[in-house]
Amino acid sequence: MLSASVRRTGLLAPTVITLFVFMVLPMGLMAWMSFLEPGTYGGVQWGHYSAKSYIQFLYEWDLDDQLVLNTDYVGIFLRSFLLAGGATLATLLIGFPTALYIALKDEKARNRWILLISIPFWTNLLVRTFAWMLLLRNGGLAEQFLSSIGLVKEELNILYTPTAVAIGLVYSFLPFMILPIYTSLEKMDWKLVEAAFDLGANRWMAFRRVILPLAMPGIVAGCMLVLIPALGSYFIPELLGGGKSLMIGNLIQNQFGASRNWPFGAALSFALLTVVMVTMIAYNLRFKRAPGADK
Amino acid sequence: MTTSVNPLWRFRGVAGTAWFAMVYLYLPILILIVLSFNANKVATIWSGFSLQWYSVVLDNPNIMRAAKNSLIIASCATVVSTVFATLAALAMSGPTFRGQSVINAMLGLPLLAPEIVTAVASLLFFLAIGMELGLLSVLVAHVVFCIPFAYMPIRARLEGMDPRYKEAASDLYATPWATFWRITLPLLMPGVVSGAMLAFIISLDDFVITFFVAGAGATTLPVYIFGMIRMGITPEVNAISAMMLLVSILFVILSWLVGRVKQ
Repeated sequence: MLSASVRRTGLLAPTVITLFVFMVLPMGLMAWMSFLEPGTYGGVQWGHYSAKSYIQFLYEWDLDDQLVLNTDYVGIFLRSFLLAGGATLATLLIGFPTALYIALKDEKARNRWILLISIPFWTNLLVRTFAWMLLLRNGGLAEQFLSSIGLVKEELNILYTPTAVAIGLVYSFLPFMILPIYTSLEKMDWKLVEAAFDLGANRWMAFRRVILPLAMPGIVAGCMLVLIPALGSYFIPELLGGGKSLMIGNLIQNQFGASRNWPFGAALSFALLTVVMVTMIAYNLRFKRAPGADK
Repeated sequence: MTTSVNPLWRFRGVAGTAWFAMVYLYLPILILIVLSFNANKVATIWSGFSLQWYSVVLDNPNIMRAAKNSLIIASCATVVSTVFATLAALAMSGPTFRGQSVINAMLGLPLLAPEIVTAVASLLFFLAIGMELGLLSVLVAHVVFCIPFAYMPIRARLEGMDPRYKEAASDLYATPWATFWRITLPLLMPGVVSGAMLAFIISLDDFVITFFVAGAGATTLPVYIFGMIRMGITPEVNAISAMMLLVSILFVILSWLVGRVKQ
């Protein structure tokens, strides 16, 4: 009979080795490569270290090799945060009432609603983003509909703008907001709300003082689940925002395509990963131990 | 539980928002499916019902090859990741041990890191170790991000399992091996099945990571569709996209029904 710890090691080995070799090591390699010199035709120059990729984020080199401030990349980062943050807020404004509505239904109806909310999660997001192109493009269905009711006279001109990207982001990540909020509302003891009513609270006060605080873990989890993938999204801005480098994801992809600057691409990815990790750690420290939070 | 009869429980605007969310979520899907049956060559102007674009799709050898690649990769990634995840879940559900939280963090990493970051890291890694980009590199990348998805339902199932079954088996002189095959595994099966289904769908649908690590020979269906979309909006894209949507919707409803029968 094998000892318990030997057996445990054997059981864990395939997963741990796979994740270590093909996930942790590549992340480390990426961080390392961000400090290398780019090769002329893509690739990197091994052994040639420089902080160029990080300097490049803020400055560019002019013809005399002088550093000049360049805010293009900072602008893309800012726009990514604005778009992702705006999308998070919008999904919250739509998602919270939706989750509340579902949580107040009887069990059968609740299950049906939850199934309907989760189906989009299981269907291909790329294809669903494409569907928005059909809706939003000039001469597309939104324009046909709006001009038939007389709201739009000329072309809609919304596809390939940040607005279209925002619509796409909200659409894609809305289920991620609804489901965790619903989970925390569903677990809630509604007798507390009843008690608030008994003690003379009106609906708004009961909502603000009882429901909202108790739903907080779900709200925060939902915000994380929307913000993180929205920040790193690639094909939503690519397809709905046109060819321009609208968000970090496009900028990163560009470094491995047209721009051929791998170290810069690695540095951008590493910066994005750092932002995500810091957010996650802050979330863990602040909310994971709060009462009523998920394990 | 809650009684929706009580008028105090009604919050103004809540029902309207919920229905708005539903329309928002389903309108694009419905429109895509309807337009895929459009006879018109212009993808967004309806002129009549037709199945011709579906036959165009099915006659396109490139699409068929991409679909085959997708199925091969999804099937292999599902089998490998589900086996790995099951073994890991069995070890993790035992008594706590040192390093367990590190392993937990590793299992969370593929879920946490933005897809584009994982894609870049994997691409650089494969190139650095001199691995050719192709079906194998895609498969490896898929196994990595499928493991956590397969792991979650299996782990949850183990957590909810009554330890008394195992105790009873050992009381009746079953060997640990027999206990595993006759008690633990059959009880675990629903978790394993839903883990495998999750892994399969996630692998089938993946675009960003595959796009980075596929190379020329291993184009999957989503990567091919992306290329088509960038070339222009055509009825052919509508048809192939609608097919992908219908397949996954059927898959979800099926798994939901299976889950209901078991209860």
